[in-house]
Amino acid sequence: MTGAGSRRYRMMTERVAFGVIRLLAGLVVITLGGIVLFLIYQGAGAVNWSFLTEAPRDAMTKGGIFPAIIGTFYLTIGSSLIALPLGVASAIYLSEYAREGWLLKLIRLGIQNLAGVPSVVFGLYGLALFVVFLGFGVSILAGSLTLGFLILPTVIGASEEAFRQVPSTFREASLALGATKFQTICRVVLPSAMPGVLTGSILGIGRAAGETAPIMFTAATFYTKHLPNSPFDQVMALPYHIYVLATSGTHIDQTRPLQYGTVLVLISLVLGINIFAIIIRTRMRRKKTW
Amino acid sequence: MSTLSAGDNQASESTTGGVELKVQEGIPKYVFLAAASTSLLVMALIMIFLFREGLAIFGKVNAVSFFFGKAWYPTYDPPEFGILALIVGSISVTLFSSLVAIPLGVGTALYLSVLAGPTVREYVKAAVELLASLPSVVLGFLGMVVIAPAMQEILDIPTGLNIVSASIVLAIMAIPTITSISEDALYAVPRDNLEASYALGATRWETMSRILVPGALSGIGTAVILGMSRAMGETMVVLMVAGGAAQIPSSLFDSVRPMPASIAAEMGEAPFGGEHYHALFAIGIVLFLMTLVFNLVVTYISARFQQKGASTL
Repeated sequence: MTGAGSRRYRMMTERVAFGVIRLLAGLVVITLGGIVLFLIYQGAGAVNWSFLTEAPRDAMTKGGIFPAIIGTFYLTIGSSLIALPLGVASAIYLSEYAREGWLLKLIRLGIQNLAGVPSVVFGLYGLALFVVFLGFGVSILAGSLTLGFLILPTVIGASEEAFRQVPSTFREASLALGATKFQTICRVVLPSAMPGVLTGSILGIGRAAGETAPIMFTAATFYTKHLPNSPFDQVMALPYHIYVLATSGTHIDQTRPLQYGTVLVLISLVLGINIFAIIIRTRMRRKKTW
Repeated sequence: MSTLSAGDNQASESTTGGVELKVQEGIPKYVFLAAASTSLLVMALIMIFLFREGLAIFGKVNAVSFFFGKAWYPTYDPPEFGILALIVGSISVTLFSSLVAIPLGVGTALYLSVLAGPTVREYVKAAVELLASLPSVVLGFLGMVVIAPAMQEILDIPTGLNIVSASIVLAIMAIPTITSISEDALYAVPRDNLEASYALGATRWETMSRILVPGALSGIGTAVILGMSRAMGETMVVLMVAGGAAQIPSSLFDSVRPMPASIAAEMGEAPFGGEHYHALFAIGIVLFLMTLVFNLVVTYISARFQQKGASTL
């Protein structure tokens, strides 16, 4: 008698518990969906061609965000130029050359802890080292270096995983044909891992585009009339532009549509980059035959 | 690993031109090693420059009154540099946000690893990943213009920019970290254990709660700590949503000024090389060390229990 009763009780507990878990997961998905839809709804009205191609006017209460788009573009490219080569080379060392031991442990400790350094601390580091000590000033160069090292652990992680997924038989076949290890890496391992390396790196780049705290003291400026023409120029940047419009100045409520518009442009850029990477990765997994 | 040693043996065992081959093999290896060491170098440089700029404050303010002073008035004359309120601010938003983020993050991980079908799983995973990619300034903006005014109106409180609203937004940022690392941990629990449980007549929920979750506990712990570390170091959200009052809060609806917010808000105005400037770097040291401790605990746990967690960093 208790058998049947307790069975029913146990199944009911399960149904309730699973219901709660489904609810929690649903909440997370709804949060994302809600945020994206809300921002599209609020921002769509502000975004048009002139918003994207004009500079701000009238103490930033009117006009567009073209200089900020350009600034974010330069910072993103600059940080990728630093993070991609270094990250891929680090990953090659970790997956192809490194052997267990204190050196590998130390390097991994460095990478893991670098990944955990708060973004504002990266900003302080960039300020003290690149802006002041090396004398780059508040500039695209200083900001790109700061952002580049910020996303380095992401790029290393993604690349290393891509290298590890290349079957060892590929390497053995190449070595057996008399190729050196370096040749094997360049002509066999790297091409096979390339799609994975790229998608992983794209995720890092997306992060660089959206970061604010690291560029606040190293690259970004409130307002500039001139588009940058050297790496030593300050730039406007989309994330910083949002922060400035939303928190400083005397026209915060008046410029609300501009704020929503800028937010929409930034998340379209960042989410676009990420969705692109996710789609490529899913396709790749299906196609992969090894 | 076996392929690596095969390559090395080949290089060292070739008799003719062995030296030349060794040089060819050696140079790339050291170039790659140098690249891999840059992360360590950057870590070292971060510490050197933080300490170089930050420790200078202790020549002017003694350490006890810096860490335990309740008054943060860096621009007054004479200025007061007590960061206790900022530390308490950071801790309060970190703790409260993890209260929100842990059930949602771990719940989503359980859903993904046990309940979701393959197609739904792909989509939910993508959603979690996209949530992680939302820039912090965007979430901070939403907290400021949507959550805070709504809370102020509904609860009829003086300001919606407070611990609760900042924590809700921080939780949104911490959830993806917790979910993805917890999911790896759940995935690493041996299938045999689960099947043994089913074979004994346990329901799926009983198996989940008594075999799966305990088996993945160290990994889930890792996930939670990394999520908290992320929340503690996050800047834009607390800068825009926490209210910015450097006070020791007496309720969850009080404004606070967590450490990253103070650094970000004041660095622009602090005269270069002055006391305020050095004090902000000293706050950076505290923040850096706190997150470093979180990360070292994670490294220790994952080495000790051999969970997959940290490898997904």
